Parts: sequence; C-alpha cells; structure tokens
Amino acid sequence: MASNSSGDESSRHQTARHRLSVIAGHLQRPTDRNAALLAVDCKAQGSQPNVNTSDRGEGRTVPRRRQEIMKWNGWGYSDSRFLFNKKGQAEFTGNRYRLSGMIIPGLKDWMEGTFGANLQHKTQATPVLNTSAVQPPTLNEAFVEELKSTGIPFSHEAEDRVFRAHGHCLHEIFALREGKIGRVPDMVVWPNCHNDVVKIVELACKHNVCLIPYGGGTSVSSALECPPEETRSIVSLDTSQMNRILWIDEKNLTAHVESGIVGQDLERLLNESGYCTGHEPDSMEFSSLGGWVATRASGMKKNIYGNIEDLVIHIKMVTPRGVIEKSCQGPRMSTGPDIHHFILGSEGTLGVVTEVTIKIRPMPEYQKYGSVVFPNFEQGVACLREVARQRCAPASIRLMDNEQFKFGHALKPQVSSIFTSFLDGLKKFYITKFKGFDPNRLCVATLLFEGPREKVLQHEKQVYDIAAKFGGLAAGEDNGQRGYMLTFVIAYLRDLGMDYYVIGESFETSVPWDRVLDICRNVKARIIRECKDKGVQFPPLSTCRVTQTYDAGACVYFYFAFNYRGLSDPVHVYEQVEHAAREEILANGGSLSHHHGVGKLRKEWMRETVSNVGVGMLKSVKDYVDPNNIFGNRNLL
Amino acid sequence: MANTYRVLDKVHLQDEEEFVDILEDKRHCSDLRFAFRTFSPPPYKGAPACSSAELNQAVLESQYLRYVINEVALEMGSSVEEVRDEACGIMREMSQNLQLRFIRLMGFVVRKVFKRIFSAIYVNMERLQALQQATQECPVILMPNHRSYIDFLVVSYILFNYDIPLPVIAAGIPLAGMTIVGEMLRRSGAFFIRRAIGSDKLYWAVLSEYVRTIVRKGFAPLEFFVEGLRSRTLKSLPPKLGMMNMILEPFFKGEVYDVTLLPISISYDRVLEESLLAHELLGVPKPRESTAGLLKASRVLQENYGCMHVNFGRPLSARRLCEGKINRCQYNLTPRDLPQKPNAEAQACGSWLAHMIVRLQEEGALTSPWSLMACVLLQVPTAALTEEGLLFHQLTERTLWLRKLALDFRAHLNWPEKVPDSDVMSSTVALHRSVVYRKAGRVYLTRNDELEQKHSMEEDMMRTAAALLMLASYRNQCLHVFVRPALLALAMSVTKSTRKDELLTCFCFLQEVFSNEFVFIPGQSSQDFEEACSLLHKCKAVHVGQWEVTNSDTQPEVLSFLQELLKPFIESYQLMFRFLCEERDCVFREKDFLSGVRTLATKLIVSGELHTYEALSSDMQKNVLSSLRRLGAITKITTSQNNEYKVNKSAVRRTGDMLAGRIPPQIVQAAPDARL
Repeated sequence: MASNSSGDESSRHQTARHRLSVIAGHLQRPTDRNAALLAVDCKAQGSQPNVNTSDRGEGRTVPRRRQEIMKWNGWGYSDSRFLFNKKGQAEFTGNRYRLSGMIIPGLKDWMEGTFGANLQHKTQATPVLNTSAVQPPTLNEAFVEELKSTGIPFSHEAEDRVFRAHGHCLHEIFALREGKIGRVPDMVVWPNCHNDVVKIVELACKHNVCLIPYGGGTSVSSALECPPEETRSIVSLDTSQMNRILWIDEKNLTAHVESGIVGQDLERLLNESGYCTGHEPDSMEFSSLGGWVATRASGMKKNIYGNIEDLVIHIKMVTPRGVIEKSCQGPRMSTGPDIHHFILGSEGTLGVVTEVTIKIRPMPEYQKYGSVVFPNFEQGVACLREVARQRCAPASIRLMDNEQFKFGHALKPQVSSIFTSFLDGLKKFYITKFKGFDPNRLCVATLLFEGPREKVLQHEKQVYDIAAKFGGLAAGEDNGQRGYMLTFVIAYLRDLGMDYYVIGESFETSVPWDRVLDICRNVKARIIRECKDKGVQFPPLSTCRVTQTYDAGACVYFYFAFNYRGLSDPVHVYEQVEHAAREEILANGGSLSHHHGVGKLRKEWMRETVSNVGVGMLKSVKDYVDPNNIFGNRNLL
Repeated sequence: MANTYRVLDKVHLQDEEEFVDILEDKRHCSDLRFAFRTFSPPPYKGAPACSSAELNQAVLESQYLRYVINEVALEMGSSVEEVRDEACGIMREMSQNLQLRFIRLMGFVVRKVFKRIFSAIYVNMERLQALQQATQECPVILMPNHRSYIDFLVVSYILFNYDIPLPVIAAGIPLAGMTIVGEMLRRSGAFFIRRAIGSDKLYWAVLSEYVRTIVRKGFAPLEFFVEGLRSRTLKSLPPKLGMMNMILEPFFKGEVYDVTLLPISISYDRVLEESLLAHELLGVPKPRESTAGLLKASRVLQENYGCMHVNFGRPLSARRLCEGKINRCQYNLTPRDLPQKPNAEAQACGSWLAHMIVRLQEEGALTSPWSLMACVLLQVPTAALTEEGLLFHQLTERTLWLRKLALDFRAHLNWPEKVPDSDVMSSTVALHRSVVYRKAGRVYLTRNDELEQKHSMEEDMMRTAAALLMLASYRNQCLHVFVRPALLALAMSVTKSTRKDELLTCFCFLQEVFSNEFVFIPGQSSQDFEEACSLLHKCKAVHVGQWEVTNSDTQPEVLSFLQELLKPFIESYQLMFRFLCEERDCVFREKDFLSGVRTLATKLIVSGELHTYEALSSDMQKNVLSSLRRLGAITKITTSQNNEYKVNKSAVRRTGDMLAGRIPPQIVQAAPDARL
C-alpha cells in the first residue's frame, strides 16, 4: 500500500516536473539556441593527422536547421520544384540542376494521358507547419540536464523534431502535406564528433532514453518513423554536423570520414584532392555515409567501385555496450564472421556509426555516356545478361521499359534550335520506320563508361557490339546523360504529381537472371490488377527498369503511380497495392530488398526471408549489444 | 474454402443466358464461303505468335529436356544422341501442326455434317466475347467435358466462327493412327498423347515440356479433357490430374502471370455413339479407331441427333483460385528448369481445381427432357417396359413432376419454351426411337438390334440390357443435379436417424464409397451436405433444424424418388461385394472378376432377385474395384502382371453392412489419391 501511494506520488511529481520542463522549454527557446551556438566544436583528435583542414560548415550542404534550405513536406531543396506555369507548361525552378529554369513541354500531355490527371484539379499541400499540431515534447529532465553540461547542441523545437520524424515514403510525405503529424522525436541532438556520440549514448543508457540515429533522412522504409508504442523520451541523433574528412591515406587509397557527411560533399571534397569514392546512390545529394553503412546501400557505379560493403575498410560504431571497431585495416580478414556485417544493414538498431574508413580512387580520366535502343524489353534484358556473362558491364548500365522510355521522353526540355528538333525527328523516323521498331514496345538502355580514354572507347565498342547482337541500336550520348540526370530530379516529380491527385513510389528488388523478365511482367501486371480491384479509376503507371547487373542476377526497380481521384483513402489503397506487389516479388523469387533496406515497412517478411534461426541470430546480437533497446527505432526485427 | 464457394455461387447466380443457334444464320450462306471467311483473331499481347516448328524446337532445346535426356542416357547406358533422337521421335509422334488451310477444309466438312445431323447447335455468345478478350491477356485453357468424339471438332468450329484463336488439343494417340484422318486432326491442332505412359521418364518429360511450352508461349488456347477419357456412361469422370499439374506449373513458377481456365459444358440431346457405348459397357470390345471404321460408321450420319448446347463457362483465373492455397516461394531455391515433382501442396491445389472444373462443367450442362424421362423410365420395373409398356400420360406426368424438382435443384433445363408439354414429350420420344418407342398410348423399350437375328434367352437379355444401359447413360446426364440431395435421402434411409452429425457421417461415407461414380470436390463434404440439406428443405421434403434433419410429410415422393434413383448403384455394389465375399479364393484377377460378376448378375436378373441391369456395366464393375481399393478392402498385387487383387473379405463385408445400414458407417481414411 505504502509503496503504491509513494509510487503515485512520485509519478505525480514527475508529471508536474514534466509540465514544468515543457513550459520552460517553450520559454527557453532563445536561450537554447544560444547554447547551441556556444557549443564547442570537437577538437580534432590529436593523434590523428587532419589532412583536410577546411573548417566546419564551410562548403557543407546540410545545416543544423535543415528546413532553411530543404522542404519540410517534400523532396529536396526548397528552391527546386516542378510546377505548371501560367501558360500551363511544366517548368523546373531554381538553378541547381541542368533542368533548372527549363520548360518541359511534354510533361503536361504525358501526365494527362498517363494518369488522366487534369490541371484544373489541384490539391494544395499545407504550406507551413502548424506547430500546434505537434505534440509537446516528452523530455527526460535528467538527461537534458546532463546533456546541457556536455555542451552538445540540441533542440526541441517543433520544426526540428518534425523534420526528423520521417523519411520519404509516400504515406509519410502525404501525411505532412495534409498537415497530419504523428509521434515525433522529443528532441534533436547534433553531436560534432565521435566523442560527442559516446557521451550521448552513455547518457541515453543512464537515463533510459530512446535514441534514433538520423543521417540524411532519405529512408524509404519507414525506418525513421517513431514507434507509436514508445513511451520513453525519443531523441533523434542527427549526425549531419559530423561531416569532416579526417584524413586521406594516399598510399593505401583510403579516407577516414565522419559518418554524417552527405554523398555530394564527400565526393566534392575528395575531388578537390583528385580522388573519389565512386559511390553514387540516386539519393547521394542528401544521404549520408553512415546511412549507407546502416542500410547496405548500393551505388549506381558499383560495377567499378563496388557496393558499400565492398568500399568500407573500417567502421567505428558506438553502441550501448561501448565502441565496436576492428584493430587494423587489413583488406580482408579471416577472423570469424565479419563483424562489419553486423553493422552493415543494422538500420540504427544497434548503435550509431560515427567514423568510416572508405576506399578511394583517383578521379576517372574520362567519362562517357551512351544509350542503346532495343526493339523490346526481352531483347534488352538478354543483352544485359550477356554483358554480365562477359563481365564487361560499364560503370553503369540501366534498362528502362517502354513506359519509362516514354516518361523519359516526356521530360525532354524544350529544344532551342530547329536543328535539334529536326535531328530528333530524324532519329525517331530512323528507329521506328526504317528499323521497324514498335514505339510501344521499344526500350532503352543508358550507359556510363569511366576510365582512361583509350580503355573507355574500347570498352564502349565491346558493349555496343554485344548490344547489336540483340538488335540494339546506339542512340547517342545525350539520351544517356539525360537519363542519369533525371534520376536526381525524378524525386521532385512526385511532389508535382501529388499537387494533381497523383501518388506514387518506387521500390526495388534483386532477382536471379532467369527470373528477371518474369518478375517484371508479373509485378507490373499485379499492380495493374490490384489497382483495378481496389477501385482506382484510371489505369496506373506501372513500370520497371533493370538498374544493376551482377554475375548471378540483377537489381530491378519498379515505379508505380496512380490518379487517386474518387478514392476515400488513397494512401491505404496505395499501401495495399505496394504490399501485394511485394508479395508478388517474393513469390517470383525476388529479394525483400536490394538496397533500400527493411525498416518497419517490410519487416513482416523478415522471418520468411532469413528463416527462424536467422531472426534468432539477429535478435541475440541485438539483445547483447542493446539489452535495454536504447536504439529503439524497431527496424528490421 | 471460402473461395470455392464464391466461385460456385457466381455460377448459381448466373441468369439464364441467351443461347444462339450458330447453324441458323449459316444455313443460308454457302459452306464454301464459310470455309474461306477471313479469320482474324486478335493477337495475344504477351508474346508473338509461334509456329508449330518453333514450338517443337523450343521444347527440344529446353534446358529441362536436355537435363532429362542426359539423365536417361546415364540410366540406360546409351548415348545422349540416341536418347535425343528418341525424344525427337516422341515429339514427331506427339506434335500438332496447326494450319489454317486445314482448319478451313475441316470447317467446310464439319459444317456440312453438322447441318445434316443436328437441328441446332446452341452457343452462349456473350461468353465468347469474354473468351476472345481473355485470349489476348493470358494463356487460356479450354476444358470441355468429353461425351463424344466430335466434342473438339465442335469447339474448334465455334472458335473459328467467332475469330477466337484456334486451340491446340490434347487427343488420344489412337486417333493419330488413323490414315489421313490422323494427319487431318494434327493439322487442325490436335496433339497426341499415349494412353499408358506408366513410368516412361523420357515420354513424360517431352509431354510435360510440350504442354508447359504451349502455356508459356500462350499463342493459342490449349484444350484438354480434364476427365481424361470420353465418358462411356455420359456421367462426369473423376478428373485426371497430370495435365492439370502441367498447365498450372508455369503459373506456380511465375513463368506466366496467370492462366485462364474455361470450363465448357457440351450437352447432347442424343449422343452419336450411344449404342456403341452401351455395347462397350456390356463387354463388346470397342472397335479400334480406324479410318475404315469411321467410314463404316458413316451411317450414323443418316440420323437426326437433335440439338446440341455448348455452354462456355466464365473464364476463371487460376491465380485467384489458388490464392492462399499455394506458396509460390517454394520454387525459389531450385532452378525452374530442373525436373521437380509437384509437391503435396501443389498436387492438392491441382486436384482441387480439377474437381472444381468438373463441378462447373456439370453445373453448366443443360438437362434435356429426355434425361429426365430416362430417370422416370428406369424407376419402372423392366418387365413393365418390355412387356405391357408404360402409359404415355403417366410418363408425361412423372416427367413434369421431375422437371419441377430439377428446377428447385437449380438445374439448367433445356425445355423448349412456348411448345406444349405434350409436344415436347412426343418429339423427345420420337428422337430417341433407338431406345424407346410409343405405341397406342404406351411407351416400350426398343430392342430391335439389326445385327442379332437369333433370339435366345441370353441374347434377348443382352438386348434389353443394351437399351437399359443407354437409358441409364441418359439418366446419368442429369444425375449431378440430384446427387447431393439423393445421397442425403439415402443416408436418411440407411441410418434411420435424424441427427445431423450421424447423417453427415453417413453422407461422407457414401461419398467415399461412390467417389468413382460421382465427382465431389475433395475436402468439401460438409459444404456438399449443407447444400443437400438446403435443397431438400427448399422443395419441402425435409425440415432442417440446427441438429436435426427430419422427414416432412408434405412431399414424401421426393425422398422416395431420390432413394430410388440411387438404388441401381446400391444394388450393384452390394451384388459385387457379395460376389467377392463368396469367392473361395482371396486372390482374383480383374478379368475373372468382371466375367464372374456378369455371370452372377445375369443369373440373378433372370431369377428376378436383381432388379437392375447396371451391374452388368463394366464401368460400374471397375468403379467398385477402385472404390474398394480406396477403402483399403482390396489391394492390387504389384508384382503380378495380370491385374491381380488380394481381397480382405471382412473389410468388404463390413463396407457392405455399412452401406445396408446394418452397422453404423465409419469414415475410412482413404488412401492418398494416386491418379496422376
């Protein structure tokens, strides 16, 4: 009885304290920001040579307050977006991309034709975040107190917290556009270096606070969603300020880099020294090195440089049990199961990756884009398979299906000269009339070659010769280059679609060669059927491309979008269709994910994917490393 | 399970559809013009068309066949080339060679013949449009029931007529042996399958890869008879599962998105082969399929065979039907080209689907007035039919009563509208003068067999038997309408109980015993039972409570009619059980069993102890053997060459006792079905 009442009392005290702290938090906002400004930068560890001396913040893309340059409810930079101008023509704003400031005449027709969308029917997104819709933070007072004493900057401003509560899944962005905010982190911390992270993790363990690491925020697996059942205070650990290259080892061609650096900064800074990593996932503008490690990322040019697991030499990760790392930088070891593989793909469930030693290469001497048109998708796949068999894949080779080819066509910017348009017409005539390709069946492969000039040209010839055997016709550098440029702007396009009742998403898988065609056909057909069954009024866009080749299989990307007018719960319909599509992928021998990861979106299939024992193994690692579930984002398992 | 119901419900709910006589508008246009009509079916979207040579090449070059050829070569100790040549030989023997000009020629001939022998061929046109649509989307499997040699001619003829891609058809190898005709059939799209394949690994491999390749390429519908054989008794046969598994495999393995199954119910007013079939059942061997025989049979073309109904079913998606029944991931870990026996799950799924197709064929079949009359006539004592005759108005009255019952049981009737019932009755009797004739207001059994001149007692009985077996066959055409309520009625009389659980047990037992006679979807007995209850309830024959089913006194003739309907089966089975128990030896040969039963049955019929002639039917005799095998009462001696069985007399006796209601029935765990 007594203990009970005392318990009641203490909990009452706690609630009261909590209320106070919330109020104090609101009042203290300016002070907080001051504190943040005062925060001391980590001294570069004395023992390590700091090759790159550039100061923090200078030339870095991501500020602490991301909302200053990025959309809070859409993809990418605030200044860059698609819109329909007064003349009803599509236009891409800003000046960051090659497409920026250009008119895209074909887009309107394509959108109307493909989705039955109409410029008259527009849905406005909520323009600014309504902070009163955000739950007040649940703060762990003791944790906050001790954190303050470390001088590590933090914030519990609504805008900061909301920004870190989501990735870029459709349902996440859709909810933000509607102004619907669910459970968000209670505060955000910005460690500046490895030691900061060690301190934060120690404090989190000490005060039983839930930590969710946040890198670039580009997750598409619901990995950043706060588990709604989490009752502890949730702290988002934003690594974006840990963004230095600590050293470059030119003898061994490695670089030691803090994990928060985003791809574009890493590449640019290395380029300044004449190097590159060659790791270029489509999200590289915003995704971070730590995120790549945590999700087993894959880059476009993996054929030359390898995927992230091939690139990392050494990883340092802070866990509740302490820091895990290897003792040397040997290129390969036989020391039991590779502990790196507990970290790679752990999706923030075991700790925070703080520093990574990554392979670097001298910048390529010569780059050349290219493209090949095939009479049909089957021939295209056969060609890619042959290229993989001969192990002569260029840095990147991607095969788009017919729908995507048309889509790419619709995104062609307005051509300035009559001559170019005349040339385009001629090309089209040659391919469809002279060569007899059916414009409703043909498909395109885009290519990127890298290396010494001589070798590139030789390599190019080899690949085009193979393509010719499968009826492929070279279709010019321009088409290829545009194809790759589009991968960066395509994410912006979804926001435009959402302005006009079109929602969509992409998802990926990897599959053995003999099943590539079957999986493409079946998944696309399944999407169309499911949409029909679920009452979607217009046929959806259901398209795919083969984006990577391996010895034993390929990575396939599906794009799927539909016009949701007339549906009461479009996101639910969308999720049902995506679910069905994933079931179809698995039934056709595809993997649960090639590089997006599992997160919470796909975790229901983990058991059948890795077997009971497999799940048990992962669980036991988690139980040992993080018995109190401090890293409580509940991804994977 | 819920799935099945949905599908079946849809079929129940379908409103009477418009049937169109396809001979009608064509009678005016010349046969030649018909044969040279432009034939332009819409192309299949999935893949380009494929010639028969390309198809054969794809099969021979397949990874799968290469693998099997190597394996067989290793086992036989012969060279790979030899085995490959053998495979090519099999291929040559099997493969179809569909050519449009032969279709035109066939179209010309078939049309001439059809116009002569049939007064009408009715087709439900709307479904043909659905079918045409379906052939563009994914591979289509046409699954007609098989009652006559001309079944597939009719289907191809209709498809040709309506611009639907012509099917390739699985046919029995004897047809291939007929001079000229075999080649004609081949060129009309038939491919030929040997009858007893047994364990010939190479043959299986070639056949299954051939079938799968046709499905994968999808360029033409594949037509096969899921019953495997032409039904000698006009009753549905338990489906054969080999082909079913072959066509499902490409879908299970993801090689096609879906497979569309299309049940087709062909109903004949009068079957061309009727007397041939009856004699075959009585042990007169079937004439070998030969061109000479065909020409001899051309007198068949002198007669009128009434109407024919071809009811195209709703296209069914195998994908939808298999949802939740099959885990397709099981094929992920082995190359799909490697030979792989379908596992238990896949087999169960195939078997379920095959049985369901048969059920849908039954439900799509049209019940003719003649078939109802046959039911009535068979319940009249034989002597009455042969000697004093049945009063025609009595027959009419009973038939009309039965028509109402059939409608209550949701039968599709093909009872001509706007024609007085008496005209329907007399024209029906006139059409079937080979079985009955009408004289002075009475109906008699026809027994004028031209081939037999002498009139010994024995032969006289055989002629009666032939007529009665024909009659039984026509009764069988509508048996599916009544079988579930009839089994319940039987269970009520066997158990003398009203308790639902006891009735269900007995119902299941009867289904099990008669599973070779009537086709039931496996694992669906309780649904069948419920259906029986609700149908009997609907026609006010029983009251159905939560725990009880009781006799209602308002309609006593319903139950007695239904019990009487199954009596020939019960009596024949009991007779054969008795025969087995009275045999001195515990081991018998199938041949001896058949002749022994025939002798005993003849004796008992003459002495008046046995009232049904159906015990003489070799079909029923073989069904008893299969049934007892399933029940574990007899076992086949595998080492023996001449079909020897070992009988467990007490088990046979017990089954007989259960069937007679002397001991309560128990559900016997049936041995797994091995009809692959």
